[in-house]
Amino acid sequence: MSARPTAREEILARMRRALDGAGEAPVPPREYRRSLDADADITAMLIDRLVDYKANVHHGLASIAAALGDAKRVVVPADLPEDWRLGGAEFVPDTGLSTADLDGTDAVLTGCAAAVAVSGTIMLDTGAAQGRRAITLVPDHHVVVVRREQIVGHLAEALPMLDPVAPQTWISGPSATSDIELQRVEGVHGPRRLDVVLLED
Amino acid sequence: MSTRIVPAASLIPADAPFPKAAKVALGMPQLRKNLAHATGTIRAKRANVAGELDDWESLRDTASAIKADVQHRLPELAVEFERNATAAGARVHWARDAQEANEIAARIVREAGADEVVKVKSMATQEIELNEHFEAVGLKAFETDLAELIVQLAEDKPSHILVPAIHYNRTEIRDIFDQKMGDAPKGLTDEPAALAEAARQHLRRRFLSAKVAVSGANFAVAETGSLVVVESEGNGRMCLTMPRTLISIVGIEKLLPRFADLEVFMQLLPRSSTGERMNPYTSVWTGAREGDGPEDVHVILLDNGRTGVLADEVGRQALSCIRCSACLNVCPVYERTGGHAYGHVYPGPIGAILAPQLEPGRHDDLPYASSLCGACYEVCPVKINIPEVLVHLRQQGPHQAGERAAMRAAKAVMARPRLWRAALKAARIGSMPWRRKGFLRRLPWPGSKWTVSRDLPVPPKEDFRDWWKERQR
Amino acid sequence: MPRVGLFITCVNDALFPATPKAVVQILERLGYDVDFPAAQTCCGQMHANSGYKKDAATLAGAFEDVFGAYDAIVTPSGSCAAMARDQYPHLIGSDIGDHVYELSEFLIDVAGVEDVGARFPHTVTYHPTCHGTRALGLGDKPLRLLRAVQGIELVDLPAADQCCGFGGTFALKNSEVSSAMLADKCRHAADTGAEYLAAADNSCLTHIGGGIFRAGGPRPIHYAEILASTA
Repeated sequence: MSARPTAREEILARMRRALDGAGEAPVPPREYRRSLDADADITAMLIDRLVDYKANVHHGLASIAAALGDAKRVVVPADLPEDWRLGGAEFVPDTGLSTADLDGTDAVLTGCAAAVAVSGTIMLDTGAAQGRRAITLVPDHHVVVVRREQIVGHLAEALPMLDPVAPQTWISGPSATSDIELQRVEGVHGPRRLDVVLLED
Repeated sequence: MSTRIVPAASLIPADAPFPKAAKVALGMPQLRKNLAHATGTIRAKRANVAGELDDWESLRDTASAIKADVQHRLPELAVEFERNATAAGARVHWARDAQEANEIAARIVREAGADEVVKVKSMATQEIELNEHFEAVGLKAFETDLAELIVQLAEDKPSHILVPAIHYNRTEIRDIFDQKMGDAPKGLTDEPAALAEAARQHLRRRFLSAKVAVSGANFAVAETGSLVVVESEGNGRMCLTMPRTLISIVGIEKLLPRFADLEVFMQLLPRSSTGERMNPYTSVWTGAREGDGPEDVHVILLDNGRTGVLADEVGRQALSCIRCSACLNVCPVYERTGGHAYGHVYPGPIGAILAPQLEPGRHDDLPYASSLCGACYEVCPVKINIPEVLVHLRQQGPHQAGERAAMRAAKAVMARPRLWRAALKAARIGSMPWRRKGFLRRLPWPGSKWTVSRDLPVPPKEDFRDWWKERQR
Repeated sequence: MPRVGLFITCVNDALFPATPKAVVQILERLGYDVDFPAAQTCCGQMHANSGYKKDAATLAGAFEDVFGAYDAIVTPSGSCAAMARDQYPHLIGSDIGDHVYELSEFLIDVAGVEDVGARFPHTVTYHPTCHGTRALGLGDKPLRLLRAVQGIELVDLPAADQCCGFGGTFALKNSEVSSAMLADKCRHAADTGAEYLAAADNSCLTHIGGGIFRAGGPRPIHYAEILASTA
């Protein structure tokens, strides 16, 4: 016999007992900002924040080749637009590659779901041109393409653009740690290099 | 040259009363230097990025109110989370206490055919001592967060919520890697980047081959059944993505009503904890997704004393804590003693109100480990009024008999103006021998607790009341 | 003119008569009629913060009896004012704290003055005490008053916002930690090279001064005494 239902019922009963007579809490105020000021240059801000967190920023489709640098094998989601596959690298579509296969690639090229200017955050939700989570994790270099209409100023504007129940990864700069003397150092387990390609139109 | 590192936790007695343990920590100059340096760094960073947002106070008000709402609707939200997570393919378990949570986790590991797990940094698993339990039943848990790895290799205990190895500086960390890692590169320097690289190499194969991972969660969204893990290094992503089985141990207070509530908390948490506008990586997952990440997904909802905290009208605000550590970093007591002296997995101001509530009857000395300076309340992103709860807990807790008698006597005098005036006069007369000097330098116990570092002024000859009476004539 | 009652605090009653005298002098200089109800004793903070709620409530009730009839209650202590304002509502269900003003609040918010006509030709560093600054939200009010004093030279105190380590019975119960905090405060105070260290609470000044008397450094002084000075 499993003790599970008992634990569930007991914890719920403890909660109800603890809250006996507590009533309802007031409705939370919502006075905070949900967007930036209308005159904010969100693209410029996104670039500033990306660079601040040690990501490299490139402009235009043609810069994808340069962003990939000297990567020889580049994994891509199977639905990545053909015209993004630029440069001399071998593009390996992810059709269920093994971990070892992924570990053998030099870089990954994807799109994204949204980008937040104020914090320099790129958001992935495994939607179009993004692929599953492992492909943006195992390779040491991530090149991500951001289209102009995917850029928003504020986090509150980005969340509705995501599929809330799809696996999400929010990325702000390359892998980093603050564990040594609370100073930020880039490069631990995630991709140590993050290149962002901005498409203006 | 590599110096043998003695784990700080082995020197600072965890079971001793706070003042005693604190005294030991105060006598460790390197520890104090490391703490002062690290907390000073992070204080400035936090203040900068919090100052960037012109609606910071509104965000705090909202976060505080959302958490209060969650506490008031906890049964309903927990069941809603369970329903949605289950529908998305997760298995939800409930654990009344640490023992039950550990047993469930160990059973899942065995059923997955594994005898070791990789771990994402998690306070809940520290709290239930999952690693120790696993070891006792023949399983092995490998910490993968850099600071947790340092602490585990050093055979030490965490001394900070966010940065468990905050009490070590880079040179000491190099020495720990050198001596304990086994595969540390030859000639490892104390450059933080080199140390991070050593950790990457050490853990990479383990990440790519692990069958089971154990995590906590920063948030559990009731509306969607999603869990959220906030991290920096990518070790979290590795654990949450690569293994086939994922076990997440989540305190019931981590619930949020709606996915959109993240727009509040994900502004407050990174800015308050690491002083960044956003942490490098945030993972959100909902049950299991075919072809992407773990197929065998478990959530263990943990009580372990939380419902007891919930029952205290004033004290329950401690359950709003999002484990950012801002209160530790600004606390003048924590800065000088470090975390081990608190003798609990949650140190600092938040620990001083959480530990005695989670484990009633233990840690009664912790609510006194504060000068009530209020710096913690000022920075808390969810506006937990820590000084208020500290005073509240002092008022609940037991009192030492001698102190109680002294306090009662003081009250008896102060409640009667005539007695009070007589006492003032008596003090003036009694202190006459020291009047010329103006102060006392050495008093017997318990006055010695004061005069150990401070002189005590003696009452002057004339008092205000005489002066006032004189000029009223 | 509001009816102003002076709450001198138990610490000043016992040890520092010069501070309430200074408050009387400042307020009278500004034309206020000040009353000192002799039945006053203590606000109850030591009892409340040490965990003796019932005793604290008794003293809070006595405070209300003594001061209930005044329009404004002025006190030279941020800590005692914060006690009345923050703790009396749930301790005795009284909002008398809304009428309790720390001196700088009364001068700036009620009397509407920053220049109280003082002269103090000395170098002074200012320590913002915790309860005044954080619980009461005094901000830079005491400093604004000090800046308007003739002849004064104000010197910044390094790490000014750090607690001195007093904390009432904390100084006794956690004597070692408190002493470590005090040592840093005294060092910062001495580093300023100022003649005086001013603050809005004599309890904190007793603590800091007690350390400074041994280690050397600026002389502790309640800022009210600077504001009263016309030397």
